Amino acid sequence: MDRQRTRSPLARAMGLGSAREGVEHWWMERVSAVALVPLTLWFVASIIAHTGSDYATFTAWLRTPLASILMILLLIALFYHTALGLLVVIEDYVHSGAKFAAHVAVRLGCFALATAGIVAAFRIAVGG
Amino acid sequence: MPNSTTERTRPLSPNIQIYRPQLTSVLSIANRITGVVLSVCAVVLVVWLIAAATGPQTYAVVQGVIASWIGQVVLFGGTFAFFLHLCGGIRHLVWDAGYGFALRSIYASGWAVVVASVALTVAAWVVSLFVAG
Repeated sequence: MDRQRTRSPLARAMGLGSAREGVEHWWMERVSAVALVPLTLWFVASIIAHTGSDYATFTAWLRTPLASILMILLLIALFYHTALGLLVVIEDYVHSGAKFAAHVAVRLGCFALATAGIVAAFRIAVGG
Repeated sequence: MPNSTTERTRPLSPNIQIYRPQLTSVLSIANRITGVVLSVCAVVLVVWLIAAATGPQTYAVVQGVIASWIGQVVLFGGTFAFFLHLCGGIRHLVWDAGYGFALRSIYASGWAVVVASVALTVAAWVVSLFVAG
């Protein structure tokens, strides 16, 4: 499914959607979902495998290059997908002035949480 | 003209509360609700990572909360929410690709999502308890 195909011929010619970004929002929600299928399954399987592990065992696992890379990729895809999903929920149910505040809170919150998670994973990786 | 017309509550179109819940509608809203629940779980993931990055003492506190009975109940609910959203999401991706729109297919995939989510949640916890010993 090429996202260009979901646009009208005129919109395709002009390179614009109805609000210029609706299709992109829909499309990136799907792209991040595809990334999250293997990433979340890897994460859940890893957590199950580490049930009852102590701190040293757990951090030793998260320090391995593969685990660090996959954890950071998971955080990026997860909070991107979370932001896109929550923004749609807000658009559907919040019609007051709180909509603007909620939009800003979701966008900034997801960005901040992703950054915090990535820095934490990186610090564990370098043993800081 | 009766003067009560302006005061009378105007009829509204039928809303969701008068419809019998169906698998299709229940799974649709369940996918959205689990998405919001998983957003909260994502915050817990970051708190957990920050605790691990801070040090063994902080990590032990967070692990203690997760190991408590209420933490385990929430984690079990989170596990089910994850698998329901995962299976429901894959069902949506198949639809987005243009397949599975026949009514029979929609109900078959819907029940498959329900069965797979329950089975995967139980399997995840059985394996986890087996690993814990």
